[in-house]
Amino acid sequence: MISVSTPLYLKDPAWHSRLTLAILAIVLLVPALISTEFKPWVFFEAENLKVTLKFLADFVPPNTKPDFLKLVAIEAWRTIAIATAGMVLALVLAIPLTLLSTRVLSISALTGRMSTFPFVIRQAIRIMLILMRSIPEIVWALVFVRVVGLGPAAGVLAIALTYAGMLGKIYAEILESGSNESSQALLRNGASRLQTFFYAVLPQNSNELTSYTVYRWECAVRSSAVLGFVGAGGLGQQMDNSMKMFNGSEVATILIAFMILVALADWFSAQLRKLIS
Amino acid sequence: MQLKPPHLSFHPYIVLMGMGLLIIASFWSLDIQLSKLLSFRSWELMGKFFGELLVPNLSGNFLNKVFQASIETLAMSALGTLIAALFGIVLALPASKTYANDPIYTRTITRWILNALRSIPELVWAALLLISVGLGPFAGTLALALHTTGVLGRLFADAIENAPTEPGDALRIMGVGELKIFLYATLPSILPQLISYSLYRWENNIRAATVLGVVGGGGLGQMLAFHMSLFQMQDTSTILMTMIGLVLLVDSLSYFLRRYLDN
Repeated sequence: MISVSTPLYLKDPAWHSRLTLAILAIVLLVPALISTEFKPWVFFEAENLKVTLKFLADFVPPNTKPDFLKLVAIEAWRTIAIATAGMVLALVLAIPLTLLSTRVLSISALTGRMSTFPFVIRQAIRIMLILMRSIPEIVWALVFVRVVGLGPAAGVLAIALTYAGMLGKIYAEILESGSNESSQALLRNGASRLQTFFYAVLPQNSNELTSYTVYRWECAVRSSAVLGFVGAGGLGQQMDNSMKMFNGSEVATILIAFMILVALADWFSAQLRKLIS
Repeated sequence: MQLKPPHLSFHPYIVLMGMGLLIIASFWSLDIQLSKLLSFRSWELMGKFFGELLVPNLSGNFLNKVFQASIETLAMSALGTLIAALFGIVLALPASKTYANDPIYTRTITRWILNALRSIPELVWAALLLISVGLGPFAGTLALALHTTGVLGRLFADAIENAPTEPGDALRIMGVGELKIFLYATLPSILPQLISYSLYRWENNIRAATVLGVVGGGGLGQMLAFHMSLFQMQDTSTILMTMIGLVLLVDSLSYFLRRYLDN
């Protein structure tokens, strides 16, 4: 019998899966839309629209008064300074923690399994590093603003802790990923752990370590620029102030300064890394 | 045999000195008074503060609220990434040159837009959006969507440009339109890549979404900022622990998923 319904070539062979996927998408999407209070129309409510348009119209031209430009320049420098100081403190923390936690410098691991005590120490440091980096820097900053007060010190400490956690982890990974013949040879012949580090492990991995550190400095500049939103100094704090006064032209200047700063840090770190490799 | 020193366009000591200067200038200009920071008094303060953070508020009512906020955070990240993936693909098309001699005029300008979207961090977007849509998760979702659109749009455009051109060329010779070529030749070949980029950004966005609330973008962060500003340390402690738990969960899930997919 010839079917008189839809001809075969018009039938969608995949309609089962399409229908299932569509239903699944709706089932997942609706609660997400409700939970995030997704109401695009609030954009177009007369009151909001007026404020937004006025704010945006204020963007052009950006504020270029010499006084304000000077202020922005100072805050931009402070952003870099916070990032740099934070990175230095992060290194001060991360280097000893890496040395303590890396498996490459384990003497008991030369002959079979690592002994219990060093194993426990290494794992404990690893867990500490995980905790340090799993709290985002802006939350650290929020905490430190309570402890040391408003200002760059909170930003420096926040970057130091988060980045020490990241650096410690990545450094250990870099050290453990390389070939370990030379370090093992030194350790087996009675060299101390520090000697092994300075004469075998460090020279082997120094390029990778420096280039990763420089890359992280670039990230630190980016994050120190936003730490100001919780009162930790730098460009973010200035932007927060201008935004609270709905001063569009000032915000525009700061945004441009921010983009230039990030682009510069980007360029600088790329040049430096090219130089290293 | 002695190895030749690497060829450098300028002396490494100059670089080292520059770095040293940068570091000294940073500490000097910030005037953060490390001695005061490391004094007994501030250690005492910090000890007290963190000691208080060790006692979480575990009352059922509050845990329920934190759970709701976590769901809100997850929903923000998922929806933000989804919107970004959609807009990303829409913007990636005018940003990519699909065949040799493609006279595409929109490429440069679209790439500039994507760059601008990407170079402003989520937190700054969220703070800007507060002005137009007010406090809450909607601002956070849009902030994630805007920043991620910039990131994904760029990645998608590169994926489209690097896709094999032969299937598309075959259709093009037959006179098929560009949209159909994209849908039937390019898209199928890059779809796995697009999905993996989007999932990777989702992972990032979960982490970002937990803190967007600090500037008023909803979710766990908003709760944290609220309770911390009232010095309710037990509540703060619960929220912080939830944040850490969420981040660790996402990290380990993605780690195991990746390992599973690699095998």
